[in-house]
Amino acid sequence: MSQPIDISIKVTDRDGNIHIVDSPIDMALNLMEVIRMHELAPEGTIGICGGMAMCASCQCYVNSSHDLPEKSDDERAMLSEAFNVKANSRLGCQIQINSKMEGLEIELAPEE
Amino acid sequence: MIKTDIIIIGAGPTGLFAVFEAGLLKLKCHLIDALAVPGGQCSEIYPKKPIYDIPAYPEILAGELTEKLLEQSKQFNPGFTLGERAETIEKHKDGLFTVTTNKGTIHKAPVVAIAGGLGSFEPRKPNIQNLSDFEDKGVAYIVKDPEIYRNKKVVIAGGGDSALDWTIFLSDIAKHVTLIHRRNEFRGALDSVDKVQELKDKGIIQLITPAEVTALQGNGGQLSSITYSLNDSKNNIIETDAFIPLFGLSPKLGPIANWGLEIEKNAIKVNNALDYQTNIPGVFAIGDINTYPGKLKLILCGFHEATLMCQAAYKIINPGKRFVLKYTTVSGIDGFDGSRKQATKSVVKSIE
Repeated sequence: MSQPIDISIKVTDRDGNIHIVDSPIDMALNLMEVIRMHELAPEGTIGICGGMAMCASCQCYVNSSHDLPEKSDDERAMLSEAFNVKANSRLGCQIQINSKMEGLEIELAPEE
Repeated sequence: MIKTDIIIIGAGPTGLFAVFEAGLLKLKCHLIDALAVPGGQCSEIYPKKPIYDIPAYPEILAGELTEKLLEQSKQFNPGFTLGERAETIEKHKDGLFTVTTNKGTIHKAPVVAIAGGLGSFEPRKPNIQNLSDFEDKGVAYIVKDPEIYRNKKVVIAGGGDSALDWTIFLSDIAKHVTLIHRRNEFRGALDSVDKVQELKDKGIIQLITPAEVTALQGNGGQLSSITYSLNDSKNNIIETDAFIPLFGLSPKLGPIANWGLEIEKNAIKVNNALDYQTNIPGVFAIGDINTYPGKLKLILCGFHEATLMCQAAYKIINPGKRFVLKYTTVSGIDGFDGSRKQATKSVVKSIE
């Protein structure tokens, strides 16, 4: 059996602190779940809808030039109702972690 | 004053199932919820989404689950205080608690069960500098009484169901309705989208997209106009009597955080080895709002927690009384409404 592989992600939390965290790529995790796993945002303030793109509590800004999957209609619609949205805003729950995301840099959007 | 056996704060799946379990023990429940309808997140966030881990339901929509839970506990006549948020709790010398809502409704009971999920749903307020200055002076986040908008000029902002629905509804009552949204696309029921398109085509409402309300202006403290920017550039002003930003709701722990309960990671610590009681005897926390080692925020775990909480409530309400577990299949269910459900008797007859 091959060793599970981790990628490393740079996360700036809502207080401006920078964390370099590992994320397994073999657990079907999304970015919101990785942030929760490492408790980088208080429980109850992130992933409120559970990952259905039905709230914007996992909004983050992508600061690196990684090639991420396109936004779905649901994600686009939710971001159009969210606050503090920027051109590089994404919903963390809609980004499935994969090996191409090594070195991804993101910043959590403020809590609404 | 409303008197009951168990005050349940939160009418989501866990709170609704607690009504049933309490009913089996002849305990009456009254539920308080900040939302106008029961169901909690299942109604507010994802009524049309499927859930796959409710035992015996390979697939059930969240809204359907709420209906089934209401039906299951119906014969135990639960009381409801809806659209009000539980604000304060007080323990009296006689051991009874009073829970008072933000609208002053008082509830009294020997047991309180907090089944508040992630907290009470509060309107999401857009980031406009002087927004709060005009609250109740033209700005409202919830339409409580549509009549107050009769013959008034109204601006609605938002792109979801409630923005669409109120635009349609108020177009009949108000003098003029303007709907402003950041995108051209709306997320709502197809019927509503079509209806708003029709109202726009007929010139009954004004639709401004993609645009965002950026400032509010007042006159003598009362809202008089709003500024919006179109495509992030030009600022425009429209006169209005009312501004209703409808950007959905998000849950906040709210006043419960100040009740003297032990809180960890935005959840209430409970004794999971026994009965899900909090650090305040007589106050329990069940479902997503509680935490203990190994906690899982799942509806099915909330059901189990509600069941054990009711046992503990029974002991508090009936001190010294013995409890014997009865199976519903064997003893049937006697509703508080006089109804009785029971298994049909098998026929005993000889075959000759």
